Amino acid sequence: MKKLQKADYIKMYSFMLKIRRFEERAAQLYGMGKIGGFCHLYIGQEAVVVGILMTIDKNDSVVTTYRDHGHMIARGLDPKRIMAELTGREDGYSAGKGGSMHMFSKENNFYGGHGIVGAQVPIGTGIAFTHKYNGEKNICRTYIGDGAMNNGQVFEAFNLASLWKLPVLYIIENNKYGMGTSVDRAAAGLDLYKRGEAFGIPGEKVDGMNVFSVIEAADKAGKYVREGNGPYIIEVQTYRYRGHSMSDPAKYRTKEELDNYKQTDPIEIVKAEILKKKIATNDEIEKINKNTLEEIKNAAEFATNSPFPKDSELYTDVYL
Amino acid sequence: MSTEILMPALSPTMTEGNLSKWLIKKGDNVKAGDLIAEIETDKATMEVEAVDEGVVLDLLFKEGDANIPVNKAIAIIGNPNEKVEVKKEAPIEKVIEEKKIEKSIKTKIENKKSDIIDTPSPKIEEDRNLSSEEITMRQALRDTMAEEMRKDNKVFILGEEVAEYQGAYKVTQGLLQEFGKERVLDTPISEHGFTGLAVGAAFKGLRPILEFMTFNFSMQAIDQIINSAAKTLYMSGGQINCPIVFRGPNGAAAQVAAQHSQDFSSWYSQVPGLKVIAPSTPYNAKGLLRSAILDPNPVIFLENEILYGLKGPVNNDINFSIPIGKANIEKEGKDLTIVTYSIMLQKSKEAALRLKDEYNIDTEIIDLQTLRPLDTETILNSVKKTNRLITVEESWPFGSVGSEIVNIVQRDAFDFLDSPVIKVNSADVPMPYALSLEKLYLPQVDDIINAAKKVSYIK
Repeated sequence: MKKLQKADYIKMYSFMLKIRRFEERAAQLYGMGKIGGFCHLYIGQEAVVVGILMTIDKNDSVVTTYRDHGHMIARGLDPKRIMAELTGREDGYSAGKGGSMHMFSKENNFYGGHGIVGAQVPIGTGIAFTHKYNGEKNICRTYIGDGAMNNGQVFEAFNLASLWKLPVLYIIENNKYGMGTSVDRAAAGLDLYKRGEAFGIPGEKVDGMNVFSVIEAADKAGKYVREGNGPYIIEVQTYRYRGHSMSDPAKYRTKEELDNYKQTDPIEIVKAEILKKKIATNDEIEKINKNTLEEIKNAAEFATNSPFPKDSELYTDVYL
Repeated sequence: MSTEILMPALSPTMTEGNLSKWLIKKGDNVKAGDLIAEIETDKATMEVEAVDEGVVLDLLFKEGDANIPVNKAIAIIGNPNEKVEVKKEAPIEKVIEEKKIEKSIKTKIENKKSDIIDTPSPKIEEDRNLSSEEITMRQALRDTMAEEMRKDNKVFILGEEVAEYQGAYKVTQGLLQEFGKERVLDTPISEHGFTGLAVGAAFKGLRPILEFMTFNFSMQAIDQIINSAAKTLYMSGGQINCPIVFRGPNGAAAQVAAQHSQDFSSWYSQVPGLKVIAPSTPYNAKGLLRSAILDPNPVIFLENEILYGLKGPVNNDINFSIPIGKANIEKEGKDLTIVTYSIMLQKSKEAALRLKDEYNIDTEIIDLQTLRPLDTETILNSVKKTNRLITVEESWPFGSVGSEIVNIVQRDAFDFLDSPVIKVNSADVPMPYALSLEKLYLPQVDDIINAAKKVSYIK
């Protein structure tokens, strides 16, 4: 694996922080009635997508679930336009027609943002199929929630991906709960990464609170897939601090459990490493914090001032 | 600069909340992400985080205060050296106002005319390039796929038994030999999975032709067809289209009973984002399948197993196409209009012959060819001429394609009707197995004749 440079540490910290500040601000706007519908926050899981980001090629494709704000930020997309989609405005990535769960950026090879649990898995497999069909060296990273790991189409996709040796990296974000149902109450067999074994897909379990562990696993898995060996599964053990969606009172878990996870906060881990390695001083970190807060504040401002889509937009984009 | 912390709505239905506990006190230095309070909502007690930074200048409510409206300031943070200024603007009203705007967008729904390409459907009797040789519908379909695969490497076919078996109904015969296994792919019996895969490939720029062994099995994949293929262009604000053809036999074959004999034409026609085509002859199968493959949108192409062996002349020009959204006036007439599609065209033509012979009724027959977008203009023009209409189709009666035609005709040509419109459909039951009952289930020529007599007031 390529040795991490100083700039890499700063990049990781900045992206993780940006995601967290973005989500907190989204929660605030939701509370103010500026964001409607469903809104699923990524707070606590930042190390997963940022760890993967460190190993990605810009021509690789990504497809994910409805918990997608952080994924878009990690893809380098503009927080202003992501937030504007959350507020349902014309400057949003889907011009206000998709909302929190359905966001896309074709030019950045980001294929959503899918609201149906499990549906993104065959789709990501099909995108990987296209990379192979076109003779490209790229891979498709397909994120799966632990809840989707009991959904039939996921296994149909595993079978096809292995059968046709498709360049797809499946990343199971195991945040312990599918909505309010804990994994042990939903899955017979807790080792989700082993669920590809029957199809000959290797799998691995990784600590998703630690970005360095994620990078190491993602790098190894990414190479395996890129070299044409077929699919690979990594199960990333993570935890969402907030409820499943904004309206979730989180009664199914204890406060102690949540507090316990907060002790291993992914952002604090990176920060500690930066200070320990003397990559940046406390003051420099404070500066990043301030700039990030400012950037996200501006994004919220932009998103609440962007116009609503025009009435005439109701009928556009149904057909090309 | 000071910032107000507002009572948040912690669920879509919350209008007010109780302040259970402050986790900060006046003078505290608050950072983004710090927990500041516990709020009791209509559902539960939840913690609230700060999103802004500064010193707590004031707490505007005390612990235990109840029924605090959403968006009311509950605390002020900022720089202690600045004067506290509580903004007069009431954000609650602003939110309500914005909701009103949203509503006005949604209530303004009018029937917008579909974007139909304005060239008429070519007429077989006027076609100068008609082949002297007659070929079957399955050959016509196969030839068209092969022609488009030769032109564009992005076109490929996948489905159960399409390659080595040469197609369950031999529609893909010879394609594996010509194009190889990279472009003609046998799939496992795994509709949900391979449909999602094909949709993903289409999002990424390929042009899959997906064969369902029969459309009955498309129900296994219905989520990917409706929620992914049909809606993503809209949900992505026009960024990601899905150029895919879902094709295969639809409707009843012969005594294959309830689970293998369903007509899905009205199901699919209900979905914005899909185009739906149902050919009736080798000639239009060829022209329509080419348009379907070239179309940048998802197209449901409903074939019919019994018609696979139907022979007829075709236009062999490799660029010959029939526009999507255009009906064909199969036969002109002045007394009565029959609107039909797919296999029921044949039965309607038989009925028309007998109606002329036995009752001297001159029937006009419209073959829809495309079900969505529907060619309402051709239907209305015909009804305005004949003043009588029956619809003939194989699907179940409730909410069928005919039901929508009845709606359009009563709305736009009410004064032209001399009698109520009658729909001829299959029986409103699952398809039975017994030969005798199957015949009763399906619309027969006699049913069409009876309907025609009824709208013509002939006893």
